[in-house]
Order: sequence, then C-alpha cells, then structure tokens
Amino acid sequence: MDILFDVLRTAIAPSTAAFALAAIGLNFHFGLTGLLNMGQAGFMLLGMYGFAISIQQGWPIWLAVIVGLVAAALFALLLGWPTLKLRGDYLAIVTIAAAEMVRFLGRSQSLKDLTGASSGIRGSDYKAPFEELSPFPDSIVEIGPFSMHGSRSSSWWLTLVTWALVFVCAGLFWRLANSPWGRVLKGVREDEDAVRSLGKNVYSYKMQALIIGGVIGALGGITWSLGNSVQPDSMGRPTTFWLWTLLLLGGAATVFGPLLGSILFWSSLTLVKSLASAFIPSDVLAPTELEPFSLVLVGVTLMLLVVFRPQGVLGNKKELAF
Amino acid sequence: MADTAFASVPHEPGAAKPDAILIADGVTRRFGGLTAVSVDHFEVQRNTITALIGPNGAGKSTFFNLLTGFDQAQEGEGVFNGKPLRGVPSAKVARAGMVRTFQLTKALSRMTVIENMRLGAQEQPGENLLRAFAPPLWKAREREITEQAHDLLHRFKLYEKRDDYAGSLSGGQRKLLEMARALMSKPTMVMLDEPMAGVNPALTESLLDHIVELKEDGMTVLFVEHDMHMVRRISDWVVVMAEGKIIAEGPAGTVMSNPAVQDAYLGAHHDTDLSELSLEDDA
Repeated sequence: MDILFDVLRTAIAPSTAAFALAAIGLNFHFGLTGLLNMGQAGFMLLGMYGFAISIQQGWPIWLAVIVGLVAAALFALLLGWPTLKLRGDYLAIVTIAAAEMVRFLGRSQSLKDLTGASSGIRGSDYKAPFEELSPFPDSIVEIGPFSMHGSRSSSWWLTLVTWALVFVCAGLFWRLANSPWGRVLKGVREDEDAVRSLGKNVYSYKMQALIIGGVIGALGGITWSLGNSVQPDSMGRPTTFWLWTLLLLGGAATVFGPLLGSILFWSSLTLVKSLASAFIPSDVLAPTELEPFSLVLVGVTLMLLVVFRPQGVLGNKKELAF
Repeated sequence: MADTAFASVPHEPGAAKPDAILIADGVTRRFGGLTAVSVDHFEVQRNTITALIGPNGAGKSTFFNLLTGFDQAQEGEGVFNGKPLRGVPSAKVARAGMVRTFQLTKALSRMTVIENMRLGAQEQPGENLLRAFAPPLWKAREREITEQAHDLLHRFKLYEKRDDYAGSLSGGQRKLLEMARALMSKPTMVMLDEPMAGVNPALTESLLDHIVELKEDGMTVLFVEHDMHMVRRISDWVVVMAEGKIIAEGPAGTVMSNPAVQDAYLGAHHDTDLSELSLEDDA
C-alpha cells in the first residue's frame, strides 16, 4: 500500500508536471515541426537562471518569469538563426552543444556572483516571492492519503500552479496544432521543399516553433526549480534524453502524450525503485545501486515499447512513429 | 490557338515569343568547375504547354530549380509575369503565381489528402501564429478552401480518398495529388518536373487530360519530361537542352528531326560506321 502511495505521489508531483511542460515544448519542436532539438534542458536551465537571478536582484516575480522566458526565446533565435536553414540533423548537433554551453557557463567560476557556479543557487534565495503568493497554509496539509507542505518548496501550491500551467500549455498545443498554422508546421515536418513550393516561408515557421517550444521548456525549468534548486548539473544531457523518452512514451504529436508520458515515466521509476528496495535483499543489491538498477529496467521497458508500440501510448502510428 | 501564337516564332534556340510570361536571360549555374546551366535566352509563351526535353544530365532539372527559386544562379536575370526573379526565394515565387511539382513526388505522406490540399491554398489568415488562436478569423476562409479542395479532388478522382493519409496512395495518385495541391493556390503558371515518372499507363491518359485542362483554364504549363509520346501529344512548343544550353526550339514534329537534337540524344557519331572510327584512330 505504501508503495502505491509513493507511486501516486510521484505521479502528481510538481517535478512530474514540470517535465510534462518541457515535453510539451519539445512536442512543438519534434511532434509538430520535426525539429530535432537535443538541448531542451538548456532551455529549461536558461529559464531557471533567468528567473532565480532576477528574483535575487529584487525584481518582482512577474518580471522574473518574463526574464526567464525571454532568455529562452533569445536562445532559440540565436540557435535557429544559422541552423534552421540547414536540414534536421544539424540542429540536433547544435542544440546539444549549445545546451552544454549554457550548463558550463552556469558552472564557470567567472559568473559565480550571479549563478553560484557549480553549487548553483539555493532554493531559499529565490523561492520566497512565489511561496508568499500561496493561498495554502504555511504548514503540512493532508489531502486524502497525501501529505505535502502547503506553500514551501514542493508544495500543494506549486502542484496546483504547475499542473494548471501544464493544462494551459496542452490547450495551447491543441489550439495551434489544429489551426492552419499547425498544418503548415506538419507540412514542414513531412517535407520542407514541398511546403516551400506552396508559397510558405518555411524558415519563419521553423523559427516560430523553436521559440514557442523553447519558451514552454523554460517555463518547465522555472517550475522545476521552484520545487528543487537551481543546479546546472541537474539539467544536463540526461534531462534532455528523459524528455525525449517520455514524449515518445506518451506519444509525439498528441495533446496529452507529454502529460501521460511524464506521469508514466516517473511513476514507473518510483515503482521499480520501491519494489526493488522492498523485495531484493540488500546484500544482492546495495541501496546505492537501486537508482541505476531501476533506470536500467525502465530503459529496457522503453526499448520494448519502441519495438512493439513505436507510436507511444496515445500516438497515431500513421501520423508519427519512431 | 497555339498555332497562331507560334506562327511568327522562328524555330531557333532562344526565340522571342509574342506574349512571354517567363523570360530568362544569360542564366549560368556552376557547381565547382562544372557549368550545369548556361542559357543565353529563354522565353515561355503565355497560356501554352511548353515541354523542356533533353538527354540525362542536360541541366533541365537544375534550370527548373533556378526558375522556381529553389536554386540561385551565379549570373543571369529572370522575369516572371513582369516581376524580376533574381534572388527571390522559392516561397515568394510560388506566391507570385508560379507553382511547381517535383520529379520525386512530395506528397506529405503523414497528413491526410484533404490536409495536403488545404495546405496548398494561399491567403489563409490562420497561418499566422497570432490569428491561429482565434478560429473566427479563419474558419470562413477554411470553408472556402475546403470547398475548393473538394472540387479539385472530384476532378482528379481523389475525393473518395480525402480522409486517407497521403502515404497510403499509389505512386500515380500521389502525382495527381501533388498536381491538385499545386492548383489550390490558383497559379498562373504550373511547372511540372517529370509528371509521368513512375505513373502506371492506366493513369497516364487522365494525367495528360488534366494537363491539357490546365491550359484550357488559362494557365501556362512548362514541363520536363522524358516520355516522347507525351511530349508529342500535348505540347505546343518544345525546347531542347543539352550540356546546359538550349540547342533547339520548335513544335514537337520539327524539333525531333533537327540534326542537333539527334546528335545530342544519340551522340555525334551515331551514323558513322564503326570501322571508319577505328580507321580514324589508327591514322
């Protein structure tokens, strides 16, 4: 029973929602437009830095959010400007490198005053303005079987806000994917030259998609940092690969794929971890080996999924499959 | 009508036409040391069907790409319907009314047939990101587009397939879809790159009829083709390219008997006896 609660708690956790947000952004890139963005973690990290540093400067919270989002938009412009003229794979190479550059810039000692270098920015330095907005009590609140703090860190307040944002962004995706604008993007995903021959400015459409997806990624980064802390190394390559994994798991080019993918991915990880710690004796599998072990198991499950259901759980095999 | 239009046009490369919709002048495209296209002068008469033929490697497709903005020439000028073409990107060329199809068909296979068609339409305000949020701004135009698409799909006998993914169509049906999609933008000129390649004989006739219909509807057609049967049947005027240059022009009948054209296709020594060739080598 405890294991079940652990799994459910993971399923509704703000971090799960934050990953769903970032995956919705990636869905604009890959699912709609076919852009191979391998640096979504970089967009998240920029959002986090933009937000946390602005708060530390004493700026109001709404401005801090805007700074985070604008940073991601500028990053998208800078990345897309030279690479969107080229074909798909080049964008993958540039984005993975650029995301690493953001991370290393964050880690570098020269910006220690702003970014805190490799130790990052502590949560207590930037979370207060958000937590003060909370309508929940400043104590542990129990709702049903779940108990979480009302306002602090990974709280009911953050859960509410993050999931609300997830649904807003999913709605945004639905609206845009089912508009003539989304149709042009799907055309670009299939064949750029064909869309060009029909009189559409492909470059501009790809840029718009890259910016929108990147900004939603930054929003995911900001909400994630509100439940954790700003830590450059927590937004490395694995984060991007998890995002890809959960997007493909849920189903790319679908409205609820990123949500379902994020919930399934993180809860199955918790499930495997809890089961392993409950049933495998510690002399066979040391507690420190639990995390890698469960990642391996989840990885194997995903491989099976790609083999037997390449379109993901919700996806349409005729439209987009891996 | 075609005969009168071409009555005064001399049968020579680069001949001027009485009412040219497309003019290219001094167009050169080099790839490194190779000059793929070097066309001195080229004109296409309005509201006719013009065929562009030539042996493999003659530069037909490259020339096609240059005219439609998919490639940019190092030198030369082009004018389409009074507007200059130099440096104009492909999307703008298409919006100006010159729409092309591709040798390797580019049906958007993971979109439905009807979505393929709708994508071809111009002036859909919903293709703007901000307006896309407000369906009332684009629903009316979407209905017009859908109606136009249905008409075209009926004409091209694809109506029953409208909700199928384009990837499930046969090769010939994809060619038809690509042509129908190009017509969604109501172009003034249609450029067809090998419209018959890979089409089964049963569909050939209807495809030919569709191309003739384009002319009847007032459009100008320029097409690249290898199938001489098709060239003879539907073209009013034939332009022959070889080694990047235009070497002959004229009606299909006369152009094929032109010795320069026969040399280009069969080689300059095609009627020389082999024994004479070897004697020349010995000498």
